[in-house]
Amino acid sequence: MSDAISPRPSLGELLSARRGRGRRRGRLHWTDVFTWVYLALGIFLMFGPVVWLVLSSFKTPAGLVEFPPTFLPLGQISVEVAGHEEPLPLFRATLEDGSVRELAQVRRIGIVSQMVDPADPERTFRVPIDRRAPVREFRMAFENYVDPLKRFDFTRYLWNSVAVTVAATLVTLLINSMAAYGLAIYEFRGRRAIMLFVIGTLMIPITVILVPVYLVVTSMGMVNSLWAVILPGAATPTGVFLLRQYMLTIPTDLIEAARMDKASEWRIYWRVVMPLSLPAIAVLAIFSIMWRWNEFLWPLIVLSRSEVYTLQVGLNAFQGELDVQWHYILAMTVVTLLPVVLVFAFLQRFIATGIASTGMK
Amino acid sequence: MPPRGDTTAPLARRLQSAAAAPAVLFFRLLEAPFQLIQRVGGLRPMPYLFLAPNLAFFGLFVVVPLFVNFAFSLTGGTNLYLSDRVWTGTEQYEFLLDCTNFTDPLTCREDRFWKGIFNTAVFIVFQVSFLVLFSLITALILNRKIRARGFFRAVFFFPVLLSPVVVALIWKWILLRDGILNAFLVSLGLPKILFFVSPEWAMFWAIFVSIWAHMGFYTLILLAGLQAIPPDLYEAAEMDGTSRERVFRRITLPLLWPNLLVVIVLALIKGVQIFDEVYVLTGGGPGTATQFIVQYIYTTGFSSQVQNFGLASAASVVLGVVLFGLTMAQLAATRRKDDV
Repeated sequence: MSDAISPRPSLGELLSARRGRGRRRGRLHWTDVFTWVYLALGIFLMFGPVVWLVLSSFKTPAGLVEFPPTFLPLGQISVEVAGHEEPLPLFRATLEDGSVRELAQVRRIGIVSQMVDPADPERTFRVPIDRRAPVREFRMAFENYVDPLKRFDFTRYLWNSVAVTVAATLVTLLINSMAAYGLAIYEFRGRRAIMLFVIGTLMIPITVILVPVYLVVTSMGMVNSLWAVILPGAATPTGVFLLRQYMLTIPTDLIEAARMDKASEWRIYWRVVMPLSLPAIAVLAIFSIMWRWNEFLWPLIVLSRSEVYTLQVGLNAFQGELDVQWHYILAMTVVTLLPVVLVFAFLQRFIATGIASTGMK
Repeated sequence: MPPRGDTTAPLARRLQSAAAAPAVLFFRLLEAPFQLIQRVGGLRPMPYLFLAPNLAFFGLFVVVPLFVNFAFSLTGGTNLYLSDRVWTGTEQYEFLLDCTNFTDPLTCREDRFWKGIFNTAVFIVFQVSFLVLFSLITALILNRKIRARGFFRAVFFFPVLLSPVVVALIWKWILLRDGILNAFLVSLGLPKILFFVSPEWAMFWAIFVSIWAHMGFYTLILLAGLQAIPPDLYEAAEMDGTSRERVFRRITLPLLWPNLLVVIVLALIKGVQIFDEVYVLTGGGPGTATQFIVQYIYTTGFSSQVQNFGLASAASVVLGVVLFGLTMAQLAATRRKDDV
């Protein structure tokens, strides 16, 4: 702990360090060792699973079922052999005399594989299948990514997720900033009560009111439409609170001056206060994008037809199928994770300050 | 906003204003009605006008549902609309709370509900204590003067941003029968473990994965608390030659305590509502070994053949009462923090 704040030792300190009272400099305290072990383990445990996901997502279905799994995605090498139209898969075969040769497989009959020497297509061999092993090289199965986008509804899920995220974030930014403006700029009857009410709604998470919100959404005819996901969560107490705290720091003189210039209230809101609150609005926008992109329970309840699935619900449906197609699921998991990682890479500072200042995520 | 028609503005700025054009148009269009109201009513109605949309959303999707929820819990049948539902009074609650022996879920009439409560209790005891412990250790370590601190902070924080579905799928892929963890066990000469067939292992991984996913968030709060501790205290301790263990016990821990309290209560509030990642990871199984309260509500109200809205509502009222208590505890904890 103390290392964090003590200045660099002076020459005198260095000279007297060996005999000085207390802890000697340069000697490793157990916490120093612990720190580095913990951090090394941390990298492995936090990054490892994601690295493994990405590596696996490039493996072929055959590569995925292999046990023990290979670290890198591998693909079997195929060779062109004269006299055969299709390229033939290459194997390393152990022959009866004990020699090992790289041979291409022409066909497999039962437990015997009929093979040919690629260098000398005239020579054929018959090798038991347990005496040959495929020759492989590093190869990424991009088809895991391309196929689902063409064959499944994944493009639709992707589009639904983007639409929900963008629309919900715009609605949230608009109504939250208006409410924050009302609470920050004006003195009026009931301001305290409304403020308490806004904070009070924080106490009622969606998990507690699932059934009645479903009723509201149904009576508005929104079930199985994206609006059912966009609207219920649009008014966020977090957002109102965050923006209001920020707007309170805007000097009242500025607003008075604008009023002197005959600016209307609406004009002050969007031409003076909004531009000045951009940092806070950016934080809320990032939060909202993350909330909406990752939302699961509510869309799961309210979207029951696959045309309106969001990515999260779609992914869950795929992994729950009887015959789980892991090669597609892994690739689509990477696609789902990508935007969040990009947002994080560029806006880490915003996110950290946002969480530290509101205590919410 | 750059002035319009300014042709000398740099390209980037002009592109920016082009992107903002729809927004500008939108705000301009709303200008007329707002101005009209201001001209008629003066400043007085303006704050209410600005607050109206947000409050309408709160009313429609939070306040009304809160009361309707209670009404639902007093009715039975499978109809969704309240007018078609049969009044049953406290029958749903009686059904939920009917146990001959409250320490054993199997003796309850609705044993799935009580299994859910028991599972949630076990889950939060382990999850919250280890979550807070590891967040504290991580925050202490990240607060030290280490190289590449920003990088390490990101390492521990990024899972917070991943969706619960993604988190669950990442770990499910590792824990499968032929997954990499079992390959590791086999390479050590150990037998494979079917993690999702054994109730204990399933619960262990539910707890582990949720800690993995959420630790970064709590670490960040504790880190902010650590950085708010005045450095002179440490300098004084250093001058006195106080040992690090003593500095931690006598300075760090007492001054961090308010933050720690907040973190504990926040983790409890989130822990009681656990659903997403565990539902995707284990599906509540094997059997009902990892089925929690929220999953009970979801299954009862939405995903089973007969949608029992009344029972689901009654269960969510029970959950709501628990959460209310926890939130009060949180408010008390936060108030203490302001006093210090």
